[in-house]
Amino acid sequence: MYPVSELIKNLADQHGRARHNLLPILQGVVEQERFLSEYSMIEIARELDLPASEVYGTATFYSFLEYKKMGKYVIRICKTITCSMKGKNQIIKTIEDMLKINVGETSPDGNFSLLQTNCLGFCHKAPAMLINYDVYTDLTPERVREILTGYINKKERED
Amino acid sequence: MGSVYQLKRVDFIFKDEKDWKVILKNSISRPAHELINELISSELKGRGGAGFPTGLKWKLTAEENDLVKYVICNADEGEPGTFKDREILSKVPLKVLTSMAVCGHVIRSNTGYIYLRGEYFFLQKDLNKAISEFEEYCREINFDFSIRIFMGSGAYICGEETALFESMEGKRGEPRNKPPFPSSYGYMGKPTVINNVETLAHTYTIFEYGAKRFYDLGVQYSRGSKLFSVSGDTPKPGIYELELGMSLFDFVEEFGDGDTKAVQVGGASGFLVPRKRFNETTIGFQGKLTGISLPTGGSMMLFNSSRSMYNVLDNYLEFFREESCGQCTPCRVGCQQLLNGIKAVKRGDKNAQYLDKLLRLTETMQNTAKCGLGQSVANSFSAIVENFREEMIY
Repeated sequence: MYPVSELIKNLADQHGRARHNLLPILQGVVEQERFLSEYSMIEIARELDLPASEVYGTATFYSFLEYKKMGKYVIRICKTITCSMKGKNQIIKTIEDMLKINVGETSPDGNFSLLQTNCLGFCHKAPAMLINYDVYTDLTPERVREILTGYINKKERED
Repeated sequence: MGSVYQLKRVDFIFKDEKDWKVILKNSISRPAHELINELISSELKGRGGAGFPTGLKWKLTAEENDLVKYVICNADEGEPGTFKDREILSKVPLKVLTSMAVCGHVIRSNTGYIYLRGEYFFLQKDLNKAISEFEEYCREINFDFSIRIFMGSGAYICGEETALFESMEGKRGEPRNKPPFPSSYGYMGKPTVINNVETLAHTYTIFEYGAKRFYDLGVQYSRGSKLFSVSGDTPKPGIYELELGMSLFDFVEEFGDGDTKAVQVGGASGFLVPRKRFNETTIGFQGKLTGISLPTGGSMMLFNSSRSMYNVLDNYLEFFREESCGQCTPCRVGCQQLLNGIKAVKRGDKNAQYLDKLLRLTETMQNTAKCGLGQSVANSFSAIVENFREEMIY
């Protein structure tokens, strides 16, 4: 059995196999796999006895349920009004220069993906970003460089 | 200068929650109708932005005969410029949990959910800890009530109550037609009370101090206090609890940087007020449609004269275009066309009169969109286009 099939089976055992358990299962797969492949969605549909199109339709509705392979660290820069006013473009430029990727891309080593997202709810500490589930606020280019260096070193230590 | 009313700071919401056990125990020993009357006489209205009377919501749900009912706390805080609910859930979570349980007692439900937006995943651990502590005490006093967190996955529209139910049921977050309302047909088709985080925190205040203390704050039709999320061009961004009914003029005196040209009240889906209207605008619930008193979920964004209102509108429209659930045509296509339209005017591909055509499109959206998202785009669009027309063109 593919490991992802096993993961899906475990998640279904844990949450249940009814329609209202679909979102926690999708979230669980994204947490482990970093995205929902076509294969995962078909497997989930089979496990929950749903049409695959329903699973696909639901999954693609939510912006945090990625269906493209993402990097180990997904950087989401808030682009809504206050963050935009307080210099999110500079932050994006800094990250693009540092990681040599553009918004929407994943670094070739598979470590970082750079995305923009809608309001993160930190307008009073703008600009803000998420790296996976961790929030960073009051960003400046210097601070972003520090934060990312931390992640790069962390990754190297792990390797 | 200004009105007689001055800004009044209040400190209820973030006041310590150490008495939660007493308040829970006392409240659930009172009959349901007494608690409902307490809420109704406090005149507390929903703090998520829509302003439905909370006591009435509980009453309608309590009157339903189903054996299964639900209490849901809406923590899908996604309106641009709003960040108060996170602060409540991280600082005084037990107030919210207590109020959910009291609501359970009132409507006869033993199941509560907190729908937490995906962006606030980091809150989950501490919140679960608070829930464990809370449920343990419930068991101690033999009160049957459980609370689970349901995580969202990044969809603004799921803050709309019926879209939230759809999402919890494992579907796309597409709003339902209303009626039926959640009080009779909510999550899983069962009667459901769904309240904003802040609303629940206010009910805690009311159960703690009585309806009168709450009612004495604010002005007629807009009783009590409210958390305001202040951001944008202000020297002191942050979260402030203020009495309702303040004039926008006073607000800007307090929070502006001396150069405020407009304030966005109620987030991107709310109302944009230009400087010339600060004096005649108050923040509260009455006169929702007259444009004189504006309701808000608490988002207050200030713009100073260095800001291009074209960029502001462009940013809002991009937000709506992405967050529209897409099920109804006026909203799905309308948001796209408004964004394309203002870009075309800016580029000079369309003449200035095209803006009037776009204004008519927002009217159509207001009349025909299925839910608040599509209907409310007109609010900020018309205010920006009408008051800052030259900025749209040149």
